[in-house]
Amino acid sequence: MSDITIHSTAAQMSEALIAGSTTSVELTNAHFAQIEAVEPAVHAFLHLDKDGALAQAAEVDAKRARGEKLAPLAGVPLALKDVLAQQGVPTTAGSKMLEGWRPPYDATVVKKLKDAGVVILGKTNMDEFAMGSSTENSAYGNTHNPWDLTRIPGGSGGGSAAALAAFEAPLAIGTDTGGSIRQPAAVTGTVGVKPTYGGVSRYGLIAFSSSLDQAGPCARTVLDTALLHEAIAGYDQMDSTSINAPVPHVVAAAKKLDVKGLKIGVVKELLGEGFQAGVRQRFEEALEELVKAGAQIVEVSCPNFDYGLAAYYLIAPSEASSNLARFDSMRYGIRIGDDGTRSAEEVMSLTRHEGFGAEVKRRIILGTYALSSGYYDAYYGSAQKVRTLVKRDFDAAFAHVDVLVSPTCPTTAFKLGENTDDPLAMYLNDIATIPVNLAGIGGMSLPCGLAPEDGLPVGFQIMSPGMRDDLMYQVGGTLEAALVSKWGHTLLSQAPTLAGN
Amino acid sequence: MAAISREDVAHLAKLARIDMNEGELDHLVSELGAILGAVARVQEAAASDVPPTSHPFPVNNVFRSDEVRPSLTNAQALSGAPAQAEERFKVPQILGEE
Repeated sequence: MSDITIHSTAAQMSEALIAGSTTSVELTNAHFAQIEAVEPAVHAFLHLDKDGALAQAAEVDAKRARGEKLAPLAGVPLALKDVLAQQGVPTTAGSKMLEGWRPPYDATVVKKLKDAGVVILGKTNMDEFAMGSSTENSAYGNTHNPWDLTRIPGGSGGGSAAALAAFEAPLAIGTDTGGSIRQPAAVTGTVGVKPTYGGVSRYGLIAFSSSLDQAGPCARTVLDTALLHEAIAGYDQMDSTSINAPVPHVVAAAKKLDVKGLKIGVVKELLGEGFQAGVRQRFEEALEELVKAGAQIVEVSCPNFDYGLAAYYLIAPSEASSNLARFDSMRYGIRIGDDGTRSAEEVMSLTRHEGFGAEVKRRIILGTYALSSGYYDAYYGSAQKVRTLVKRDFDAAFAHVDVLVSPTCPTTAFKLGENTDDPLAMYLNDIATIPVNLAGIGGMSLPCGLAPEDGLPVGFQIMSPGMRDDLMYQVGGTLEAALVSKWGHTLLSQAPTLAGN
Repeated sequence: MAAISREDVAHLAKLARIDMNEGELDHLVSELGAILGAVARVQEAAASDVPPTSHPFPVNNVFRSDEVRPSLTNAQALSGAPAQAEERFKVPQILGEE
């Protein structure tokens, strides 16, 4: 198979496919071989669709042989987060509630991937209904961080990020409600983007918190992420919150490799206490690279970000308590205790007891409380006001700077089991990623080095104004090129060798 | 704000249609107490003159054109049903014994 391997970028795979030096079937088989070798250790996938993937690959190869014009990513393999409906393929959102469910339709993102000839290898593990920061809330077991198998791969999209870092796929789809794309990217040394809210259709996503949820691209390089972004973005009639405007030119932006004249704001409030020393060090070194590349760095204060975490943990559970009411055991999903004597309500309550895990129950009850009469104004109402204040902080900042930056997470990957008994400690992982969701703007995480104290990846977050996703790609692409040139290698090439590599 | 009680949690669980055993209730009372204590600080920031935001980019009156389009067949819609009969979802009795 020419010089293309599973370690190549998606852009290189695409070029080789177009040049005819490899085929999609070859590429797909190579990735399934890697999956077979490393899955026992990593467990990134909940379901593999080898037959479907190879059929799609063969079809793309046949079309190419006939000289048909294909999309840039045609024939390139991808791992799909299990929260997106894919017709006929088991889709669980990491929950026992949906065990065995095969959706009768495709999410818009999935339809766009199929139309573009992308080869979907399988569905990736995640925290149940995307609630979590470690993938430990999955009903189907832990995913392990390829950098250190005793550590978390982040969450909720830990499976997608781990699949990239373990070279099981060059591309993946995630969803990001409070950081579920960016935090897993940060702790696995990969790239993840939460597009502007409404930039990518939510149709066919199993809803968690509808005013915050956003699907987005994950990959190992900024350019690959941009290529996937353009493949899945765009207006969709099936999503009433979809933005009817042209998709920002993120691929061109990723290729610019120039930040001269750009003004970059460092958010003071996202660097303080609680941020690991090695995270701060690598972040500050990355800033120096941006200065060398011609950007101007200024400090920016966003005082209301301090309330973001609290607002998020009221808004997201409130919306979740409403969204998850659909799991009523009547039309799809599991049904428990229907013995002919119990009422629908009793069966529903038994099913929800069995079908939901502890974190999901915790959030449904919290959301039910925050929305209940007598408490609504104090909790949900106040949280919505904080949302306004966070938006105003961003607006004020973007009046002076082009993008904002911070570390993606306060720490590197923690140990599996370390925070499972302490929900509040777990929630703190999202402190730097949540403001982006509250304001609906774009956010990217890309690797900026290994923390000296533990040798684990550190994520660099770039936040861009709404519908200016191109700006974060421009800054991210430039920073990535500068860092790779400084190191003389990619970050992921430093990851320990797994059995299959 | 009064602390959340065991009775409160049991009532919320009933509203949310989730059966909970004694152990789960005990656990949730202490966890929710801690979480509510931490998130209640939104009230410090939320002055009365700040308008609420429910959605990052408000869009209004979003309608699709009124035309017939392909949709799921009966068989597709019923494909995930826990039980079905006569091309319909079959559900447990809606009214209880009482």
